[in-house]
Amino acid sequence: MLALDRKMLRDLRAMWSQALAIALVLAAGVATLILAVGAYRSLDETRTAYYERYRFAHVFASATRAPRGLIERIREIPGVAAAEARIQEFALLDIDGFALPANGLVVSLPAHGSAQVNKLFIRSGRLPQNGETAAVAINEDFATAHGFRVGSQFQAILHGRKRRLNVVGIALSPEFIYATGPGDFVPDDRRFGILWMNEAVVEASYNLENAFNSVSLLLRRDASEPDVIKHLDTLLARYGGTASYGRKDQFSHAFLDAELQQLSAMSRILPPIFLVVTVFLINMILTRLIALEREQIGLLKALGYRSTAIAMHYIKLVIVIAVLGVAIGFVLGTWLGDLLTRMYGDFFHFPFLVFQRSADIYVASAAISVAAAVLGAARAAWQTLTLSPAVAMQPPAPARYRQLLRRRSALLRHISQLTVMVLRHIIRSPLRAGVTTLGISLSVAVLVTSLFPVNSVNFMIDATFFQSDRQDATFTFGDERPPRVLQDVARLPGVLSAEPFRTVSVRMRQGQFERRTQIVGRPPGTDLSQVLGQNVTPVFLLGADFSQILDQSLTQISLPESGLALTEKLAQLLQVRQGDLVTVEVLEGHRAVVEVPVTVIFKSFIGLAAYMEMQALSDLLDEGPNVSGVHVAVDKRYEADLYEVIKNTPALSAIGLQKVSLEKFRATMAENIVFMTLVYTSLGMLIAFGVAYNSARIQLSERGRELASLRVLGFTRAEVGRILIVELAIFTIAGIPLGWLIGYGFAWILIQGFESELYRVPFVIERSTFALAALVILAAVTVSMLIVRRRVNNLDLIEVLKTRE
Amino acid sequence: MKAKKKSEPAEVFRAEGVTKIYRTGDVEVHALRGVDMALYAGELAVLLGPSGSGKSTLLNILGGLDTASGGQVLFRGEELTALSESALTLYRRHNVGFVFQFYNLISSLTARENVALVTEIAENPMRPEEALDLVGLTERMDHFPAQLSGGEQQRVAIARAIAKRPEVLLCDEPTGALDSKIGIIVLEALTAVNEELGTTTAIITHNAAIREIAHRVFYFADGRIASTHVNDRRLKPGDVTW
Ligand SMILES: Nc1ncnc2c1ncn2[C@@H]1O[C@H](COP(=O)(O)OP(=O)(O)OP(=O)(O)O)[C@@H](O)[C@H]1O
Ligand SMILES: [Mg+2]
Repeated sequence: MLALDRKMLRDLRAMWSQALAIALVLAAGVATLILAVGAYRSLDETRTAYYERYRFAHVFASATRAPRGLIERIREIPGVAAAEARIQEFALLDIDGFALPANGLVVSLPAHGSAQVNKLFIRSGRLPQNGETAAVAINEDFATAHGFRVGSQFQAILHGRKRRLNVVGIALSPEFIYATGPGDFVPDDRRFGILWMNEAVVEASYNLENAFNSVSLLLRRDASEPDVIKHLDTLLARYGGTASYGRKDQFSHAFLDAELQQLSAMSRILPPIFLVVTVFLINMILTRLIALEREQIGLLKALGYRSTAIAMHYIKLVIVIAVLGVAIGFVLGTWLGDLLTRMYGDFFHFPFLVFQRSADIYVASAAISVAAAVLGAARAAWQTLTLSPAVAMQPPAPARYRQLLRRRSALLRHISQLTVMVLRHIIRSPLRAGVTTLGISLSVAVLVTSLFPVNSVNFMIDATFFQSDRQDATFTFGDERPPRVLQDVARLPGVLSAEPFRTVSVRMRQGQFERRTQIVGRPPGTDLSQVLGQNVTPVFLLGADFSQILDQSLTQISLPESGLALTEKLAQLLQVRQGDLVTVEVLEGHRAVVEVPVTVIFKSFIGLAAYMEMQALSDLLDEGPNVSGVHVAVDKRYEADLYEVIKNTPALSAIGLQKVSLEKFRATMAENIVFMTLVYTSLGMLIAFGVAYNSARIQLSERGRELASLRVLGFTRAEVGRILIVELAIFTIAGIPLGWLIGYGFAWILIQGFESELYRVPFVIERSTFALAALVILAAVTVSMLIVRRRVNNLDLIEVLKTRE
Repeated sequence: MKAKKKSEPAEVFRAEGVTKIYRTGDVEVHALRGVDMALYAGELAVLLGPSGSGKSTLLNILGGLDTASGGQVLFRGEELTALSESALTLYRRHNVGFVFQFYNLISSLTARENVALVTEIAENPMRPEEALDLVGLTERMDHFPAQLSGGEQQRVAIARAIAKRPEVLLCDEPTGALDSKIGIIVLEALTAVNEELGTTTAIITHNAAIREIAHRVFYFADGRIASTHVNDRRLKPGDVTW
């Protein structure tokens, strides 16, 4: 082995802890990319495979009562590969030992053969067979929530008749990856289950013999979805069909899509930030590290080594470190990515998982990392190599601060010389000081970016459930009821106040843009359920719109007496502005088609809803003041009584318990976001520690000789250690606010990727997030300092006397 | 101390059977193999001997930079070998001045500040200016080490060493990196301090001619003091021929 290579290995061994710290920083950057992209691609691939294998429908429609024979004509629609007619109805559930009222969605199974569309994956047991009147297969989430197994029993009120059902199978369906009960915004598996039952039994229970009220279509690859929808709508119109819709309006798919979109945003935005930050840090650290070798480089040159040979020597050194980092990153990233995929896979209840290993991200992250490391080393080596060996072998002359000293010497005399040393050292090399400060800032920034999503989600939950929808429960009737139902509800035990609402399925159109949505009608000045949003007053600064950054406060949007209030997202999709007219095609009742002006556009976090004053909506529908549901506030003390009444009152049909679902939602969000945050934060901490430790170590290397000399002169370990601590403390204190600022920017970029049709995540960073990021850094710096302190304590005093600087 | 000096010089250092063994892996190096010696107050001693004979090792032990493997080292009757690390630090801070071959100045501090570095933590120091005046550097007080010649840097190091009025001044090849002309100036500074402040001084050198300026000369060989020589007549540094 060549002497130079031996030197490299010995250098590496001598600085192993530092090399490892650098490698770990790099590993964190590489791992984020691999885990995020890996998990996203795996889940996306899994979903595609799941949809395909279990023939998830492309188009969905419902009707009140269509004759079974119609399905043949539906199958003849050009582009349709398969169609399945069935019955879907809500049922009230009564489960032993479960106090809350729960709902079930009864779905009929084809009488002959297995389903051609939306096939079931049987987790355990089997499907109900013909003639089994009490047999039911239930979805796995619901089963898990209640501990149901094959053989378990519960009661259900099907169309007013209570009966005991036997669980014969537990299944999964691509159609109900997310299943949300009536009146609920978010899934609550305890209170909502899917009940697959025999077709004949369902027909008989709901008086729908030889009829269906729901149809799902699988399309051929070359089919045009809009054409099929149009065709289907015409066929179903006579039978009370509401407009058909594609996957993007199918709740389960939309919710899953929004989740995956968030994951994808995380994978597209966060890892590049991490990777860029880490490679930048690596570049900086290695530059400083190689700069320390200045004398050695000068000596090698004086001995007659070629510049390229010397540069290669140092490049080899950093390549070893970079390769180590990349390797750790590969392992860590793959492992965490699989973990994340499993976690989400469990959460989505995918029956199987497809792990995607994409070579491109491995190659890209490795290439970027090694390149950054080599560049850092080469730059430093080259700087020294351009000097003559004689100059290189001497320490750089401290010419820079002479002026500054002269002017302030009187002042400086009052400060201790140790402090002067610290200040001079910082001033003498502003670049080095800046680089250390920037390193600390970037670690802070990475932490802020990985921590803040929790704040935003919490804000969204708070805005939705505590400010906007403050009702404890919502009754939805499934059909329209006369206004006196409000009094009926108000008389129920425990109901403190009740507010009616009306929802109408519509299709809105403006020019070539159209969207299927709901208009929600409300009486003016509601208290429980308010329409909240941000009044958009754009704040322009340097040409950019800062309004959404500056103002996150919500106000109640007062509904206009006539005209529509649209969320900004819906207005965007329809390309309408305030004052424009939209065509509203009502999809129920008389199916009126009317032009309505848009009077208010507001920002809101969830959904694509449109709102109207209730009276105006009745006028629009040309019908009496009917009610689709009632929001209520419930007195906690009488909750149990209320639930008892509801459970036995089929007329109330479906109840959503917002506060109950909120807990569930929080738990769900917590599981996902917190895990993600935890992973990213841990990696952020790794980066922070790596940067802090390396800064401290390099600081020590740069100052080691002076510090040892001070010890010889009789300065104590504590005094000498303080020099390093004070220096690093200055960099840390300067770096933290800068890091907050950079982190704010990173977070803003990230939030842009979170937006979906289902929700817009507000940009909120709590003070506690900034504080936490700062605390983590302080802890990392302190721990690094303690480790380095031990080295200060063990400085070899005699060695420095033997050698020339 | 000064009163005693004329009649019966007080013992500053006493070394008895001092040994030092360096262990690196399986190899043992016996740097000192039993050194007995005493240094008296106000004395100027020169240590001579071939390379590797243990001079620096002994000086470092006397100065509290290193500890002996065996034997006893007494400073004014107090055993150095028994002191803890922090006590040794205080011992160096208050009693010992060092001058080394490679100056070991702090590059980010000026000459004056390098001296002030020590006076700030000493008990009864002189002013930095005073110390620099003693070594003839009044003119260049506000220069940084990189702006000074080797001889000037070494004189700053001496000023730094004496500014705290140490009891002992330990110099390891103070002229090793200097030419004879500059070397003489440095030695003059050392003898001046020895005479004016009565500082006990030990100087290691490879230049045998320098022995002429000492009260006593110790000859080292193979980790021991081979012989001791008392100069009846001392030369001034300027009169030494080298
Ligand atoms: N840290 C160490 N580890 C191992 N051996 C050492 C160490 N320091 C010194 N030695 C050995 O101890 C012996 C005495 O060294 P010392 O430095 O005291 O010699 P010296 O007389 O000062 O020589 P010179 O005149 O060359 O400075 C030498 O053989 C040296 O190799
Ligand atoms: Mg020596």
